[in-house]
Amino acid sequence: MALQDYIRSRFFPHIWCVGCGHGTALNALLRAVETLGLDPSDIVMVSGIGCSSRMPGYVDFHTLHTLHGRALAFATGTKMSKPELTVLVPMGDGDALAIGGNHFIHACRRNIDITAIVLNNRIYGMTGGQFSPLSGPGVVATTAPYSTYDPAFDVMRLAVGAGASFAARGSTYHVVELQQLLVKAISHKGFSVIEVLSPCPTHFGRRNQQGDSVEMLEWLKANTAKLGSKAAEENPELITRGIFVEDERPEYCEQYERILEQAREG
Amino acid sequence: MPKRTIADVRINSLWCKRCGICVHFCPREVFVSGEDNLPRVRALDRCTGCRLCEYWCPDLAIEVLIDDE
Ligand SMILES: Cc1ncc(C[n+]2csc(CCOP(=O)(O)OP(=O)(O)O)c2C)c(N)n1
Ligand code: SF4
Ligand code: SF4
Ligand code: SF4
Ligand SMILES: [Mg+2]
Repeated sequence: MALQDYIRSRFFPHIWCVGCGHGTALNALLRAVETLGLDPSDIVMVSGIGCSSRMPGYVDFHTLHTLHGRALAFATGTKMSKPELTVLVPMGDGDALAIGGNHFIHACRRNIDITAIVLNNRIYGMTGGQFSPLSGPGVVATTAPYSTYDPAFDVMRLAVGAGASFAARGSTYHVVELQQLLVKAISHKGFSVIEVLSPCPTHFGRRNQQGDSVEMLEWLKANTAKLGSKAAEENPELITRGIFVEDERPEYCEQYERILEQAREG
Repeated sequence: MPKRTIADVRINSLWCKRCGICVHFCPREVFVSGEDNLPRVRALDRCTGCRLCEYWCPDLAIEVLIDDE
C-alpha cells in the first residue's frame, strides 16, 4: 500500500503549525506501518488530548480520541478485548507524564502489548505553552516566565524502571532511524515506549530562543548522539538516541488468557 | 544494477506550509524557496532520490518519483 492509502486525505492540510515535529512523527509512523505491511483494519490508534493527540484524526485506521491523560486506559481495554489488533498510542509529554503519569507507569508494569509513542516537545503545545514534567530546568513557559527550576523525568529510565520491555528514543531530525525504531517498537511483543523528540516551534522554540523549525532540527542534530557512540561517550551532555531496552517478558493479555484457561479447567 | 532516474520531485502546494525544512536540509540543494516561500525544484538533475525530504516534510507534501529502468 502507498502512504496515501493510510491517511484520511480529506482532512489535510492538517491542523499542526508550520514545521511542527508531530507532522514528521506521523510521517515516520506511516512509513513504519507501510514497512510492516500492516492492514489498516488491524490497527487501532488511541489518543488523549493535545496537539499530539490529534494524530488519530489523520490516519485511516480504527481510531479513538479520548480524554487527556487517559489514552492508555482506553487502549488497555481495547487490547484486552481484541488482543489480535495492533494498538498504537501517540501521547504528548503532558498527556503521558503529567496528568497521565499513573496510567503510564502501570501500563509499563503490566507489559501489555501496546506501543506508546511519547511526542516530547517539552511543553503543553495545545494549551499555549505551559511547562511539563519533561521541560527540565531553565525553560521559559507561560507558567514559568522567569524559567523553570525543576528537573525533568528521563522517560527511558522511568519506562524501564516501571517495567516496559521495550524503550527507545528518536528524533524528528533523524527520520530514517526514527522509522526503523518505530518498526521495532511496533513489532515488539509487550509494552513499548518510544520517545520522539518533536519540536514545537510555536510555543517552545519561540520562547526559548530556539527559533523556527529549521533551527530546532539543527539543534536536535547538534545536541543528540547515538547510544554507545564515541560522541555520546565524549560528551555526556548529549541526549542519546537508540534502543535502551529490548527484553522478552510475559505479556499481559497472554497471562490473562492463561489464568482464564486454568480457571476453566477447574 | 538497474539505473535509477528521478522522474520528478513534486510539492503539493495545498498541503505545504512553507516551513523551509526541505529547502534547508536537502543534501543536494535541489530546492530553492520561491515566491511566497513555496519550495521550487531548481535542479532535478542534482537529486539522488534519497527521499530524505519526503521523510522530513511535516505536511506529507513531497513526493519523489523514481523510475527504475
Ligand atoms: C482533564 C483535562 N485537564 C486539562 C486539559 C487541558 N489540556 C488539553 S491538552 C493539555 C496539554 C497538552 O500538552 P501535551 O500533552 O504535552 O501535548 P502537546 O499539545 O504538546 O502535543 C492540557 C493541559 C484537558 N483537556 N483535560
Ligand atoms: S502548538 Fe506546538 S505542538 Fe501544537 S501544533 Fe503548534 S507547533 Fe505543534
Ligand atoms: S518540508 Fe514540506 S511543508 Fe516544509 S516547505 Fe518543504 S514541502 Fe513545504
Ligand atoms: S530525494 Fe534527497 S536529494 Fe532529492 S530532493 Fe529529496 S532530499 Fe534532495
Ligand atoms: Mg507537549
